Amino acid sequence: MKHLLSINDLSRDEAILILDTAAELARISDGPMKKLPTLRGRTIVNLFAEDSTRTRISFEAAAKRLSADVINFSAKGSSLSKGESLKDTAQTLQAMGADAVVIRHPASGAPFRLADNQWMSGAVINAGDGTHEHPSQALLDAYTIRKHLGLGAKDLAGLRVAIVGDILHSRVARSNVLLLTKLGAQVTLVAPPTLLPFGVDSWPVTVSYNLDSVIPQVDAIMMLRIQQERMQEIFFPSAREYSRYFGLNRDRVNALNPKALVMHPGPMNRGLEITADAADSARSVIVEQVSNGVSVRMAILYLLLGGAPIEGGIN
Amino acid sequence: MKTVLPAPDISRAIVRIAHEILERYDGADSITLLGIPTRGAHLAARIATAINAIEGGQVAVGTLDTTMHRDDLRTRSPKALLPTLIPAAGVEGRHVVLVDDVLFSGRTIRAALDALGEIGRPTSVSLAVLVDRGHRELPIKADFVGKNIPTSRSEIIKVNLVEVDGVDEVTIAEGGVK
Repeated sequence: MKHLLSINDLSRDEAILILDTAAELARISDGPMKKLPTLRGRTIVNLFAEDSTRTRISFEAAAKRLSADVINFSAKGSSLSKGESLKDTAQTLQAMGADAVVIRHPASGAPFRLADNQWMSGAVINAGDGTHEHPSQALLDAYTIRKHLGLGAKDLAGLRVAIVGDILHSRVARSNVLLLTKLGAQVTLVAPPTLLPFGVDSWPVTVSYNLDSVIPQVDAIMMLRIQQERMQEIFFPSAREYSRYFGLNRDRVNALNPKALVMHPGPMNRGLEITADAADSARSVIVEQVSNGVSVRMAILYLLLGGAPIEGGIN
Repeated sequence: MKTVLPAPDISRAIVRIAHEILERYDGADSITLLGIPTRGAHLAARIATAINAIEGGQVAVGTLDTTMHRDDLRTRSPKALLPTLIPAAGVEGRHVVLVDDVLFSGRTIRAALDALGEIGRPTSVSLAVLVDRGHRELPIKADFVGKNIPTSRSEIIKVNLVEVDGVDEVTIAEGGVK
């Protein structure tokens, strides 16, 4: 594994290796070893052409805990905003000796462009591209679910996960569907028909339009943000109607299984897809998802950059 | 392939090392045994059992993974991490005994010393190994040795333990160029 562009790049065993490595790194950093020397002298560039809080800070914290040098680079305040092409940016990063680029980009496929051309030799890590994929988010979601509900198992066999909301625009949903099913979970998508992508019937999932009928049957429920910045047309009549049919509120939290987890990749629209009391309820692992994100991203960086610079599988 | 240390010799070596450790540190109270996974961790657990049988009580025992501190990370594909379990008392002010199966180049022990330095400042650190095969590349020496086995660089020493390999024995085989 040289790059992490899509969950499809990972075999089941590689995904489990990432989760296991993250678990071990979490135990080490919760304990006495806050900082590891593993990536000393390596340069990691965070190239964020789209706004982000969690993912960028999380990758930065992960890289720094592994002693890598981190260069942050966002669209605002860089030549990207003057219209510099991805190719020129990539060649600049190559010239500065970047060993890895963590890229977030509004265009689906931008990380693939970066990895597939000979513009730069470093590893490319997709931190969210358009409406396509967000693999590190899916890995941290799977990690969180396994930690709480896995009962010591390596994968997620037999667990039922509902992904609710704006599936159409969600790269988090796409990566999660691929990863959770790869790990043996059953995934149900819940959304109004207008927010389901074309061709969803060919995905390895079940689809429901009725949140209340799905709620009692799941082990984890993942609420997605309504992505207003990507919506150029009207997908539902009103925000109030959407939250009534597809929002997570206190009554729906109470209807969940006693052990079920409430998840959200953030940032939340409180009051739209999730109410404040649902987001802050005892079932919610939303804040924990963020701290798990650092461990999972440390694992990704270690497995991609920790070893010899060779092509091919990990281990 | 030749067996150089059969099962009864391994057991005797472990008991002798346990006695030597106790003698050096005047009892088990201040000792923390840290085994280097995988086989070093099992050896540390066995030495702990032997110490407990001699002294009564419970000697502190844990594991210390050196993967993230190795100096040869860049030369091979990244390895899965193994557990690091530090006993609740920590290492501060303790006599830490590192335990490994084979002492060869000394690079694993250097990595272990670095990892240990991140955790805290022990009063002292010593090293117990089942087999010392020579060919050190760093100024490191073992304090407690099960058996010194002179080897050539190309030979392969393999420590098998019941916990991992189903049998207790140390074998030596002619190998390729390392």
